[in-house]
Amino acid sequence: MNISITINGKLVTHDIEPRISLSHFLREHLDLTGTHIGCDTSGCGACTVTLDGQAVKSCTVLAVQADGSEVTTIEGMAQGDQMHPIQEAFREHHGLQCGFCTPGMVMTAADILKNNPNPTEEEIRHGLEGNFCRCTGYHNIVKSIQHAAEQMKA
Amino acid sequence: MIPAKFDYIKASSLGEALTLLQEHGDEAKILSGGHSLIPSMKLRLATPSVLIDIGGISEMNTITEEGDEIVIGANCTHHQIATSDLVREHVNILSQAALCIGDIQVRNRGTLGGSLAHADPASDYPATVLACEATIVAEGKDGKRTIGANDFFQALFLTALQDDEIITAIRFPKVSQGTYQKFFQSASRFAVVGVAAIKKGDGVQIGVTGVSGVPFRATAVENAYDGTSSAAKHAMDGVDDIISDHFADEEYRSHLARVYVKRALEAL
Repeated sequence: MNISITINGKLVTHDIEPRISLSHFLREHLDLTGTHIGCDTSGCGACTVTLDGQAVKSCTVLAVQADGSEVTTIEGMAQGDQMHPIQEAFREHHGLQCGFCTPGMVMTAADILKNNPNPTEEEIRHGLEGNFCRCTGYHNIVKSIQHAAEQMKA
Repeated sequence: MIPAKFDYIKASSLGEALTLLQEHGDEAKILSGGHSLIPSMKLRLATPSVLIDIGGISEMNTITEEGDEIVIGANCTHHQIATSDLVREHVNILSQAALCIGDIQVRNRGTLGGSLAHADPASDYPATVLACEATIVAEGKDGKRTIGANDFFQALFLTALQDDEIITAIRFPKVSQGTYQKFFQSASRFAVVGVAAIKKGDGVQIGVTGVSGVPFRATAVENAYDGTSSAAKHAMDGVDDIISDHFADEEYRSHLARVYVKRALEAL
C-alpha cells in the first residue's frame, strides 16, 4: 500500500507491503542504514528512531503505521556539517566502542533530554533501560548524555 | 524477521473498527501499539490474515475525570498514563505501574487497552486493575458493556472479551493511597512478581501479577490484614497454577510474592 512519511524533514512516498517494519523500510528501501537492527523484537533498542518526536523501536512499528507521521533517524540529527550536541558529546566522551548501539543510544538520549533537560545520572540510566550496549560501555554513554544536557542548556 | 503476509486496514473510527472486526471474524487481530503483537507475528506465534489498526482512533486516546472515576481511553500509551496529571493525582498507583513497564520506547507505543487484551501473565497492569477494582469497557456487535476486573482475566492470555469486542476504555475509581511493588525480570523488564496494594477504609485490596497463569486478588491477605505487614505470609494461600521458569521456579516465585506483598503493605 502507498504510504507517505516525512523522514528527516523530507516527504517520502512509497508503495510497501504492510508486513515491512519501519526499520526494514528505512534500511532496505531508503538506504538509511544508520538505523541498526539488533534483536528485531523490541529488546535491544539499536533501531530506535523518533516518531512524531517520541523515541520508538522501529523494528516493532510497521512502516504503514507510520503513514502520515514524521520520523527522524540518526542521519537527521546533524545540521549539515554541524553534529547534534548529543552526537558531539558522544565523540567528546568516547560514548561508543564498536558503535553498533550508538545510533539507538543517541536517539533515545534525544527523548530523555526532551522530557527532562536536566536529568540526574540515575534518570539517564533508567532512561537507557531499553538500549543494550554489548561492549558494556555504559559509563561513557551516560557521561556523554550528561555532557550533552549541559551543552544543550547553554 | 518479517511476519507472514496480512492485509492491513487503518480504522478511522471505533464504529468502523467494529464493523471490520465483524466482517473478518477470527482471521483478524486488532493492532494498537503492537508491542506484543508485532514480535509475536515475527516469531509466527500469531499469524492473523488481517490487522485492523485502531491506533489512530482519537476518541480512545483521552484521559478524563468523571465523578469518582478516572476514565482512560484504551489507546492511551504507558507514557501518557505515567505522565498524566489526572492519573498521578487520582490513581497514582497506575502511574507507578505504567512507569515500570519496559522502557521509554516501549512506553511510547504500548497501550493500556492492548496490554489488557493481550493478558500476558507477566504484564504489570493486571495487578493494579484488580486492586483498584477497575472496570473494562468493551464494545462489540451487541453494543457496549462493562466487565469487572475480577471477571476479566480468565486464563493464560485469555480474557472475557468476545471475538467481536474491542476494549474502548478502562474506568478506575479514584484511589487515595496505593503502591506498586515489582521484582523485574532483569532483561525483559516484565514482572516476575508485581504487587499492587491500595487502602480501602481500614482494609487493603491487593492484586498480584506475574505469579500465576491468571493475575489474582490476594484475598487471604486482605482478610487477615491487621494494619501491619504480618498478613503477607498468606499471599500464596490457595494459589495454584504457579508459573515456573528459568528465572524463578515455583518455590522462589512464591517466596518473592510473599516478600513483595510485605513490601507493599509496608509502603502503604
